[in-house]
Amino acid sequence: MGNKTALYATHQAMGGKLVDFGGWDMPLHYGSQIEEHHKVRQHAGMFDVSHMTVIDVTGTDAKSYLQYLLANDVAKLDSLYGKALYSGMLTPEGGVIDDLIVYNLGDWYRVVVNCSTREKDLAWMNKIAANYNVTLTERAELAMIAIQGPQAIAITKSLVGSDKVTVIDQLKIFQGLPAGDWFIGRTGYTGEDGLEIMLPNEQAAEFWNALANAGVAPSGLGARDTLRLEAGMNLYGHEMDESVSPLAANMGWTIAWQPTERDFIGRTVLEEQKAAGKLHKLVGLVLRERGVLRAEQVVSVDGSDEKGVITSGTFSPSLGYSIALARVPAAIGSHCQVEMRGKQVTVEVVAPNFVRNGKALI
Amino acid sequence: MSDIRKELKYLSSHEWARVEEDGTVTIGITDHAQDALGDVVYVETPEVGSRVAVGEEAGVVESVKAASDIYTLVSGEVIAVNDALQDAPETVNSSPYDDGWFFRVKPDDLSELEEALDAADYRDLLESEE
Repeated sequence: MGNKTALYATHQAMGGKLVDFGGWDMPLHYGSQIEEHHKVRQHAGMFDVSHMTVIDVTGTDAKSYLQYLLANDVAKLDSLYGKALYSGMLTPEGGVIDDLIVYNLGDWYRVVVNCSTREKDLAWMNKIAANYNVTLTERAELAMIAIQGPQAIAITKSLVGSDKVTVIDQLKIFQGLPAGDWFIGRTGYTGEDGLEIMLPNEQAAEFWNALANAGVAPSGLGARDTLRLEAGMNLYGHEMDESVSPLAANMGWTIAWQPTERDFIGRTVLEEQKAAGKLHKLVGLVLRERGVLRAEQVVSVDGSDEKGVITSGTFSPSLGYSIALARVPAAIGSHCQVEMRGKQVTVEVVAPNFVRNGKALI
Repeated sequence: MSDIRKELKYLSSHEWARVEEDGTVTIGITDHAQDALGDVVYVETPEVGSRVAVGEEAGVVESVKAASDIYTLVSGEVIAVNDALQDAPETVNSSPYDDGWFFRVKPDDLSELEEALDAADYRDLLESEE
């Protein structure tokens, strides 16, 4: 049996199909992942993301520690209380240990990392922390519920007290603020507006049920994956891992090259890669005919003997056809070939961003 | 527990067959199969007039999650396919044994069905896979 979140019994009671995900028993769907997907794009859905790991970084060296640990620069958050930053945490060889979000909370930071990488992340973060005056505190007592969709914020506000409404009204996109014993972030993984709320485990089920009664659709990992893929967002272990450079995973924008005097783990290797020029890049693929692009299918590109690979592929419920993310030779043109079930199929190459805020981008 | 119909025959790859009154055989996928696949988004059936054979791929069903080959329980000529699945593949999820059928075969030899699993065998198979 896997780890269970505070909402495990609630998922069972609501008919969730529970599967193992990174060592956690999590709902895949509650009936139809496609219906859940549409609810998020058109109204509001919610996800139990309590399996994600929350780590608070405190101590006088918190900022300098994170500036060395992360490829993005937390100095960008200075004087922006609550502001969040997306970053890779890299190996000295420039591979991606994990991708994460870090919030600036004044004299400390809150970091949210993936569940499947929890142990290696903590080991690495603690190892680097040995040279700094910092304390890392895992916040396992917090559940996390992501409420996403065009009506997500309005419905949430209708269910919480005025103190929390005041906090929600202040939130800018990609900002998170404490609200009593809750922490409310205007973040997500769907390409829709919405909130991610951390709250004590013992309050999670009551809040979840209140959201459900207010018309927010309980949604599982299946819909979470099709939504993030339509939004062109990376999933650790698919688009990147320790063998993949962030430059080949559409994460170049998350590397803070300036100021040049800031040393961060992986910098030397990334600078060499940058100077040498791009070998591979992450693109979007579109198949408008029948069939579904799948992870690990091989991509062939005109003018290159090197092969690419689909890192994530799915049927897009919003678009009604298949889309994929693929790591391919940088020389790729407007079309490429994918080997699907023994046949070479020509597909269209697009920017890795398919649907945002309910609207198709391709 | 998934729905298993007593009057049907089954394959271990989770297709079912029903012998119709006119001696033709209808093929589809089981309730267990649709549940394991999740939301079905494409169904590829064989063409009417083509031949299908036991042990050879006769079609494909694709869900959001995975693609799966479809096999027939009897060899013969395809005399009908369920065209409604082209526009409404989700019917496979909502009605796997009735409206979600895949294709119908005029069998060369109906005794081929004796090789298939009956409902009790299929139930045992599912229980052993759990």
